[in-house]
Amino acid sequence: MNELLAVLICLAGGMTGGLVGVGGGVLFVPALTVFLGLGQVEAESTSLLMIVVVAIAGAYRQNSYGNVRLREALIVGSLSPLGVLVGVALANHVSERALQLAFAALALFMAAQLVRRARSAP
Amino acid sequence: MPAGATPDHAIWKLAAIGTLAGIFSGLFGVGGGTIIVPLLIFWFGYGERLATGTSLAAIVLIGALGALAQGGFYGNVHVATGLLLAVPAVLGVVLGTTIQQRIPQRAVSYLFALLLVAIAVELILS
Repeated sequence: MNELLAVLICLAGGMTGGLVGVGGGVLFVPALTVFLGLGQVEAESTSLLMIVVVAIAGAYRQNSYGNVRLREALIVGSLSPLGVLVGVALANHVSERALQLAFAALALFMAAQLVRRARSAP
Repeated sequence: MPAGATPDHAIWKLAAIGTLAGIFSGLFGVGGGTIIVPLLIFWFGYGERLATGTSLAAIVLIGALGALAQGGFYGNVHVATGLLLAVPAVLGVVLGTTIQQRIPQRAVSYLFALLLVAIAVELILS
């Protein structure tokens, strides 16, 4: 039963990824921890592997629809490790709660901007 | 330069998006997509489909580097479990991208906003 639920949540995670262009980790990680009993770090790491497979399939599909700028994607993707280092350093110097609240505020701000922009689009 | 390609003077903005995406995945373990998609829309005026497609391509690289680091250096990746669960996930992404071509672009923005609100609530409650 737990395995079936994990499969369904991963299906939903992939679908979310395809619809809105994210990797799906936001659902893969809980599927792995809650239903398959993996620890947080193992779940996040395993989720990364799934994200790669999902992103390859999704990017391939989107490319066939003409929705990928490859050069831009390469620049964004190749600079992220630099950011990861900064993120890890930050995590060790700033309180986790402050970071969570700051990111929550940023997420809400971006959500409001997206909605406002979409509503005013022709 | 192909039509619509990023002019050279805007490269720093792409670099900033990549770095920010990395910072947030380093901090919260969420993929970079939550940052990449909105910033491609806000800063470059990408349509939702172009932003999400380009984001997925960037995530291939980001995820591969992360998975290699975690798997190669720390051995935290459960490879068999990950590959097995990738099967329904790939089915989902194929379904998701297919549906996305058939709905209005602004609907993608609304869905994304919903995802961001859910992430914010989860962060606040955690």
